[in-house]
Amino acid sequence: MTDTVLEVRNLATQFATRTGLVRAVDGVSFSVQRGKTLCVVGESGSGKSVTARSILQIVDAPGRIVAGEMILHRPDGSTVDLAQLHPRSREIRAVRGREIAMIFQEPMSSLSPVHTVGEQIIEVLRLHLGMDKLAARKRTIELLNHVEIPRAETAIDRYTFEFSGGMRQRVMIAMALACNPSLLIADEPTTALDVTTQAEVLDLIKRLQAEHGMGVMFITHDMGVVAEIADDVLVMYHGKVAEQGPVDAIFHAPQDDYTRMLISSVVKLEQKADIRLARPPAPGAAQPLLEVRNLTMRFGPLTAVDDVSLIVRPGETLGIVGESGSGKTTMGRCLLRVYQPDAGAMAYRRADGSVVDLAEASGDSLKRLRREIRMIFQDPVGSLNPRMTVAQVIGEPLLVNGIAKGRDLDDRVAGLMRQVGLNPDWRERYPHAFSGGQRQRIGIARAISLNPRLIVADEATSALDVSLRAQMLDLMMQLQDELGLSYVFISHDIGVIRYMCDRVAVMYRGRVVETGSTDQVCDAPSHDYTKALLSAIPRPDPRHRRIHTRFRYAG
Amino acid sequence: MTDLVAGSIDAKRVAVASQWQLMWWAFRRHHLAMLGLVVVVILYVIAAVPGFFAINDPSRQNARAAFHPPQQVHWIDTAEDGSWRFSPYLHPYRLVRNPQTLAAEYQEDRTRKVGLTLFGRGYTYSVLGLFETDIHLFASSDPRQPLYLLGADRLGRCVWSRIMQGAQISLSVGLVGVILSLSIGVVLGGVSGYYGGKADFVIQRVIEFILSLPTIPIWLALAAALPQDWPAVTQYFMITLILSLTGWAQLARVVRGRFLSLRTEEFVTAARLDGASEARIIFRHMLPSFMSHIIASITLAIPAMILAETSLSFLGLGLQPPTISWGVLLREAQNIRSIATAPWLFAPGVAVVVAVMALNFLGDGLRDAADPYNK
Repeated sequence: MTDTVLEVRNLATQFATRTGLVRAVDGVSFSVQRGKTLCVVGESGSGKSVTARSILQIVDAPGRIVAGEMILHRPDGSTVDLAQLHPRSREIRAVRGREIAMIFQEPMSSLSPVHTVGEQIIEVLRLHLGMDKLAARKRTIELLNHVEIPRAETAIDRYTFEFSGGMRQRVMIAMALACNPSLLIADEPTTALDVTTQAEVLDLIKRLQAEHGMGVMFITHDMGVVAEIADDVLVMYHGKVAEQGPVDAIFHAPQDDYTRMLISSVVKLEQKADIRLARPPAPGAAQPLLEVRNLTMRFGPLTAVDDVSLIVRPGETLGIVGESGSGKTTMGRCLLRVYQPDAGAMAYRRADGSVVDLAEASGDSLKRLRREIRMIFQDPVGSLNPRMTVAQVIGEPLLVNGIAKGRDLDDRVAGLMRQVGLNPDWRERYPHAFSGGQRQRIGIARAISLNPRLIVADEATSALDVSLRAQMLDLMMQLQDELGLSYVFISHDIGVIRYMCDRVAVMYRGRVVETGSTDQVCDAPSHDYTKALLSAIPRPDPRHRRIHTRFRYAG
Repeated sequence: MTDLVAGSIDAKRVAVASQWQLMWWAFRRHHLAMLGLVVVVILYVIAAVPGFFAINDPSRQNARAAFHPPQQVHWIDTAEDGSWRFSPYLHPYRLVRNPQTLAAEYQEDRTRKVGLTLFGRGYTYSVLGLFETDIHLFASSDPRQPLYLLGADRLGRCVWSRIMQGAQISLSVGLVGVILSLSIGVVLGGVSGYYGGKADFVIQRVIEFILSLPTIPIWLALAAALPQDWPAVTQYFMITLILSLTGWAQLARVVRGRFLSLRTEEFVTAARLDGASEARIIFRHMLPSFMSHIIASITLAIPAMILAETSLSFLGLGLQPPTISWGVLLREAQNIRSIATAPWLFAPGVAVVVAVMALNFLGDGLRDAADPYNK
């Protein structure tokens, strides 16, 4: 018996669209070994998901496998070329789920909402192994226990919506493992999960892999995850293999230019930004620009922001870090009064020294304050009106506040575009003509157009590919130096926080559990939740794997 | 996404292409919808100047032409010496008595020819009430020999000309009715969706009430309540009003849904934080985002209006003769005897089918192209 489970040679998958042929996968070769993990990495649109789907012949129309071989080695020594099988044939259906199982990014939409999780797993067992109902149910409970779902005997009769995201992904894994597949394909299985949950799922996959000896093909864009779990790495770029090799070689001796750029942009986010290191130390006892006291915001019975107190000093960047549902976005939106907080005060010091409470402002005074406090949004697509040209988007605040119009407005917009690194000749273009990074620059230009003093940046880089993040953060810091800005920088990504922020507040379930300087919080956290959060974050260095020995918080 | 739309179009032009430009590019791909667009444009041109496309005065009765059958057009005129030229003509029909049954029958008189002249002169009609003319797309070369391309009805009136004339009312009822229901729908739906709260509650209950009414009996009841002796124009407006009274509720729902989903869009929040006024947020940011959807849904609502008018008039409760609409014309085909003797009286029905299908294709294409950003 060979150790190779799957051998892919010169795979090519194409999409015949109206605009021409898209070569999503263009001559890709690799192999997956028994008991080993192959990580496939690449930025969005690199063809990594299509590769995975090609193996199971589940490429969405109009995609078609046009060339290549995909040899599956069976435990009994026989082989089969999956590329030769018809997508609807009995043979490929026998392979799917039984010999090659797949788990997807979004467990909620990959599981049926109208069947209990038990029914869905039992169906797999009965279809592929021909078990009778009772045996299948017993085996399902075993499987659920195996993936560490608490109280499996009752969980089996529950519906998907009764589970949390991490638990749903466990159910998916249980289903994938039901027939002891020789290959597990995981397509970004942890991208939709929080870091602490991600760490648990990665742990689980690793453990199960060791027990069952299956090969794992793990698709991700997160180099940290790759460093933590991969044996081998396949770097994809524009449908082609940029580089492949053992994980240590990829991280410590990358050969290909693209790989090198990818690794260096990830490693860059592991330390403080150069711009910040070059700054003179901040004068200590400046009057705070913004002082938030006991801020509380409820949505019905849910307290999204619970008694939060914060200080933002002039010229500094305060990071707010937390997992989804921690209330960090709601808190940021309260500062701009997108939401009306239920209790608390937000004392903001104006340039002339007077102090106003943002929570009390209304009408004209609120409008005036919103000129000084601006926002950068997470989604570079949704936050720009697709029906307005870039000049109109950037000029909107200047126009509606009656600051500039006509020629003057035109000149100012051109100046702003230059300031954020966009070519002013593009100002008549619409947002759809720009890439994600460029769109985020447009958002930044709009934010700084009114000469604000404070900018709330809500996950400003999380929708961008990793290679663009550092660039965007550098731009924001450069503008900070030029314009004397302060930032409230909201992120779930501790790397970005460490790179960008002077001080950090850690939020957990609506509360601030720890505040301090970035170095202090990142290197010597005092609260147990912060410790757990930090230790769950995968580090992009395969020589220092730590996720499996992390600190767990049972809050 | 947008690269799908772009296609063969130069990237530089795509970059500066507005929403409508992108929509047009996407729409142009939809061949059936393009065909629908062409047909709809032709139909509305006919509706604007029906007189130009008519041959005979649509209201003129002719006792000698009752149930006159459709005449066949001959395109090539062959002279006796064998030479030929392109010159459309028809053979006139004459009434003969069948020697056995003694019934009057039409017989083609092959010895005579009546020429068909393009842009010839016929009866005098007025163009949109602006000026009068007697030029027609085609006319008989002999004013004493009327042409019946699609035959004539019981009273010897030209069916072709009456279909052309009927297009004016039938197609405009759809348009005017939809515009009326659109204005009610957008205002009420907009208030409901944008402000929410109590206003939303009340408007939603009203919409539910209207939608729960069985439409045909209500139309019938309302139409029956109209005095029969009202002038044709008043009657026409009352009918459109009745049709749009029930039509606005659906549109109001569409608009409300759009407002609700747009209210939470980030670019709307961004505009609010930019300091834009309520009016600017609504008219500059939100309305353009769903204008295209509205246009698509009204295009799909027009056929329903046309069909409603046709049914009402067919049942004798809508417009009354001598007003000419397709529904009124179809009343001629109500009894089995006239259909048996003159199947061409069904021709207005074909016109309805063509118009409704073309509008549906057009609406389908518009709906598919309506949002060029979320593909």
